[in-house]
Amino acid sequence: MAENGIGARSLRKEDARFLRGSGNYVDDINRPGQAYATFVRSPHAHARIEKIDTSRAAEASGVVGVFTGDDLAADGVGGLICGWMVTDRNGENMKAPPHPALAQGKVNYVGDHVAIVIANTLAEARDAAELVEVDYGVLPANVDTDKADADGTPQIHDDIPGNMSYDWELGDAAAVDEAIESAAHVTTLEIVNNRLIPNAIEPRSAIGEYDPASDAFTLYTTSQNPHVARLVLSAFCAIAPEHKLRVVAPDVGGGFGSKIFIYAEETVCTWASKKVGCPVKWTADRSESFVSDAHGRDHVTKAELALDSDGKFTALRVSTKASMGAYLSTFASCVPTYLYGTLLAGQYTTPAIYCNVKALFTNTAPVDAYRGAGRPEATYLLERLVEVAARETGTDPAELRKKNFIPPDAFPYTTPVVLAYDSGSYEAVLDKACDIADYRGFAERREEANTRGKLRGIGFSSYIEACGIAPSAAVGSLGAGVGLWEGAQVRFNPTGSVTVFTGSHAHGQGHETTFAQVVADKLGVDFENVEVVHGDTDKGPFGMGTYGSRSIAVGGSAIISACDKLIEKGKKIAAHALEASESDIEYDGGTFSVAGTDRSMSMGEIAFAAYVPHNYPEGLEPGFEESAFYDPVNFTFPAGTQICEVEVDPDTGEVEIIKFSAVDDVGTVINPMIVEGQVHGGVTQGIGQALLENGVYDGDTGQLVSGSYNDYTMPRADDVPTYDVEMYETPCPHNPLGVKGCGEVGAIAAPPAVINAITDALSTEDIDMPATPERVWQALAQA
Amino acid sequence: MDMTGEYTIPAPREKIWEALNDAEVLKASVPGCETLEKVSDTEFRATVMSKVGPVRAKFNGRVTLSDIDPPNGYTISGEGQGGAAGFAKGGAKVSLTSENGGTVLRYEANASVGGKMAQIGSRVVEGVAKKTADDFFATFVEQVAPSGETAEKAAAAPAEAPVEAAPAAESGIPTWAWAVGLLVIVGIGLVVFS
Repeated sequence: MAENGIGARSLRKEDARFLRGSGNYVDDINRPGQAYATFVRSPHAHARIEKIDTSRAAEASGVVGVFTGDDLAADGVGGLICGWMVTDRNGENMKAPPHPALAQGKVNYVGDHVAIVIANTLAEARDAAELVEVDYGVLPANVDTDKADADGTPQIHDDIPGNMSYDWELGDAAAVDEAIESAAHVTTLEIVNNRLIPNAIEPRSAIGEYDPASDAFTLYTTSQNPHVARLVLSAFCAIAPEHKLRVVAPDVGGGFGSKIFIYAEETVCTWASKKVGCPVKWTADRSESFVSDAHGRDHVTKAELALDSDGKFTALRVSTKASMGAYLSTFASCVPTYLYGTLLAGQYTTPAIYCNVKALFTNTAPVDAYRGAGRPEATYLLERLVEVAARETGTDPAELRKKNFIPPDAFPYTTPVVLAYDSGSYEAVLDKACDIADYRGFAERREEANTRGKLRGIGFSSYIEACGIAPSAAVGSLGAGVGLWEGAQVRFNPTGSVTVFTGSHAHGQGHETTFAQVVADKLGVDFENVEVVHGDTDKGPFGMGTYGSRSIAVGGSAIISACDKLIEKGKKIAAHALEASESDIEYDGGTFSVAGTDRSMSMGEIAFAAYVPHNYPEGLEPGFEESAFYDPVNFTFPAGTQICEVEVDPDTGEVEIIKFSAVDDVGTVINPMIVEGQVHGGVTQGIGQALLENGVYDGDTGQLVSGSYNDYTMPRADDVPTYDVEMYETPCPHNPLGVKGCGEVGAIAAPPAVINAITDALSTEDIDMPATPERVWQALAQA
Repeated sequence: MDMTGEYTIPAPREKIWEALNDAEVLKASVPGCETLEKVSDTEFRATVMSKVGPVRAKFNGRVTLSDIDPPNGYTISGEGQGGAAGFAKGGAKVSLTSENGGTVLRYEANASVGGKMAQIGSRVVEGVAKKTADDFFATFVEQVAPSGETAEKAAAAPAEAPVEAAPAAESGIPTWAWAVGLLVIVGIGLVVFS
């Protein structure tokens, strides 16, 4: 292993600026002459806009512009879109209501955008926003996911009866019905997957700027995928043609999915910058983030798992209601369908699976992908079911899982829900996790805890996820409006350093380090001499961005493809210089040599020769840079087992996580330190969902009542233990690095591990996330 | 949100009545009250500047009265707009009774808040509203029955003289009614800043 090559615990290049406070985030950027925007937002969950009077605001001190939905419509600015068409079980397209960037005639959730007020200072903009008079005709609100399609529930969109976007299904219903009817045992569970609010540490921010000289716009924005933002703003919102719109997403402080989407604020700021003739800057405050970032999860599900008399799973039937919020966000429709239903086989050989999902509109903030996106919902459901089935049948939960695992020799394995798993070592991973967790010693620890009056429990989660999103043809056949390949360009500079442009985007993942490790390893150049550039549509090739744990698997593979092209070209240059046949040139770790001789050239010499082509192959282009686009042939399938051990105080209901053990198979590991960091972060978010976080709207008024850190509880250091994280590497067989992706595993795996541990401690299955002390105490009182 | 309250004021009803008709007393008692304006016999407007911690907002409150049964009680409904801070609206049944020489005011209120107020303050709305009400009465009682006139003295005072049930007919709505309504609204409105 090279010093900073693949597998090295290289320290993160980006930390030098982040830890010194010299990162460059959107809010750090100030453009000459910029004005400041504030948005007038609906205080009501559901209301007609009877009248908007902006005249007093427009006359207020420092105000340079006040605009409403009518102004956007007059300029032909298109609404926000959903980029994935789901076809429902009747063959009809999903129903996607108009989603104007500023409301037209009606507001549909608290925080919905009503007007933008732009002024010379932020204070003036905020003061003037107070003067925008809006008369609302308040309508009854619909915020309960489970009741959103019930008779009498207020209908949000005129043409969408029952608030149903689509009624989708996957799998063989008849086979499942039959298997459940003839099963030796059926485990049934009704669960809620709680709504989460992303809370990236950096709030969303945008600066729109119009340059009359070039008749072009620049948008600085907190985006995980600046090229996709440019595409949508150009093709659908009609802000400007793509070649007249540059999108820059500089340092971005966390996204977790919430910064994939194209939002109203960046759309309006960009459009308005031309209207008011100066750059327009907006940065969310924390309260705005709570109400206006796309939320995650929010499922209500009933599921049945059938077992035969040997404990083999014979069928799974799932019925889910998924809240979409008030509108369909950019990728909302694929989350509870192709990122959820397709994962319901888990690591198991269950032969028959049927899943029905009703996607419903509610008067709440739009719901879209949030770390894991669909896969945490599938894993939570399945892993709780398996644990309950083990308890009901008196089987050890580890043994029940092993009995049903897909064996290592069964790959590639096609599940009854579409996916073709490429590789996996499920039993070996589980055994390793049991060792780390000292599963055998648990009974003794439980007894000891009893002597102290504490209830101890242990819970498993053997998860799988589909990452490395995604083969373009496959997702296209399922309704995606885009291809999900990735672009890269690797450019040698004449003196031998390398600049790598990637379409992936880093917002905490450490790509500047891991991608540099990959390139250093592949091209034999110094890690320090590799610079990774991303986040600017004016630099490098088009890219699809970062989400779905796709960056190393797809973006990294694109970089490898570009490196391969450079090596091929290098062989031609070396063959000429070394007076050998190209077929005799061997390449290894940055050195081109003539087979069987000691004649060789270094990569640096080759690059120099390409830029100073005095002695150069005839007909070969000078220069040493290559672009590549990589479209994966399959998803990747990270999998693992995480085990949580808790102690519950029966007097207070407080849950303490004593030990959390994770063995994750994310394929080849580029940088173990960064992978462990990703697992730590994901597990912490998963524990947050399991114990603390809950996005709650008041059932009567539709107000978001957990909209600050008073009520929405983020996990803190003292809520989590020191994790025991280990890897088990089964390389992915279909991408050049053997990588699978690691960004989401913790958030996917942890919630059921935690809840299974708690239900084990309490001896009741009747508890939903978040398992707050109050809920735990009540569950104990009712058990 | 539902809340109930009960305050015993150690003074006979006629004395309370006088004070409740004194706009200066009321303005002084409602925390942050800037204006009190009678719009009609059943509607009043008030502007209240609220400040808790670093945040200030001006609430414009509108209070409407119905079921007026002087001096026994009435139903009140109201709404306060706090701009970007959101809104508060609600209703209350309020009653006044003479007991032990003093006067007992009771209310049963229901209220809801919206926008930023709900987002930030739902959990503490009740506590803050209650505290605001307590602050109002502390100030008000101090003016009606200054320290030294203790509750015991009030209790020992002769039973109050019968109070004429005429004010509604003679002078429109009793001032106490909308003052209490205003205080309920203000109490709710304050929540946003906690």
